[in-house]
Amino acid sequence: MTTAHDQIAKDVAENDVLLFMKGTPVFPQCGFSAAAVGILTNLGVKFKAVDVLKDPEIRQGIKEFSNWPTIPQLYVKGEFVGGCDILKEMYEADELAPFLAEKGIALENV
Amino acid sequence: MGMPAADIEKLIREAFPDADVTITALADDDDHWAAMVSTAAFKGKTRVQQHQMVYAALKGRMGGELHALSLQTAAKD
Repeated sequence: MTTAHDQIAKDVAENDVLLFMKGTPVFPQCGFSAAAVGILTNLGVKFKAVDVLKDPEIRQGIKEFSNWPTIPQLYVKGEFVGGCDILKEMYEADELAPFLAEKGIALENV
Repeated sequence: MGMPAADIEKLIREAFPDADVTITALADDDDHWAAMVSTAAFKGKTRVQQHQMVYAALKGRMGGELHALSLQTAAKD
């Protein structure tokens, strides 16, 4: 049986840009998740989203996996980048696009 | 539900006695707060680590009774 932890580790390893969020990019179920989607979309980053509301074990598991109590959470190339506040701060300081570029992530709008 | 600003500030100050803490309400519901925390303890730490330190100071309340705390951190000299 696959545990939530294994599933999370697999998703993180297999997706260059992975957003754990509430809802989907088209229908976010929380303002903070919507803000994270907005930032990634503005930069033109292709990302995979995991809707934690669909699976209570993933919802709890990701908090333990990252040692981070809230959703959304962004992973880039296996590295935990942060939640909504950190993404916003990096974006507003013009640090997010260079960070992603350095990681080899394609940005369509920059 | 929710948590008054004074309680949030108290927990943060207990963990970081030198901290400058500013808490503002994002909504009038005791549940949506923004906190700006600046302490020397953040020196040399990444943003993720700084936020994790604040969450640790809040002793598990973040994501529980405290639903929404927008956080901004800075290292103080």
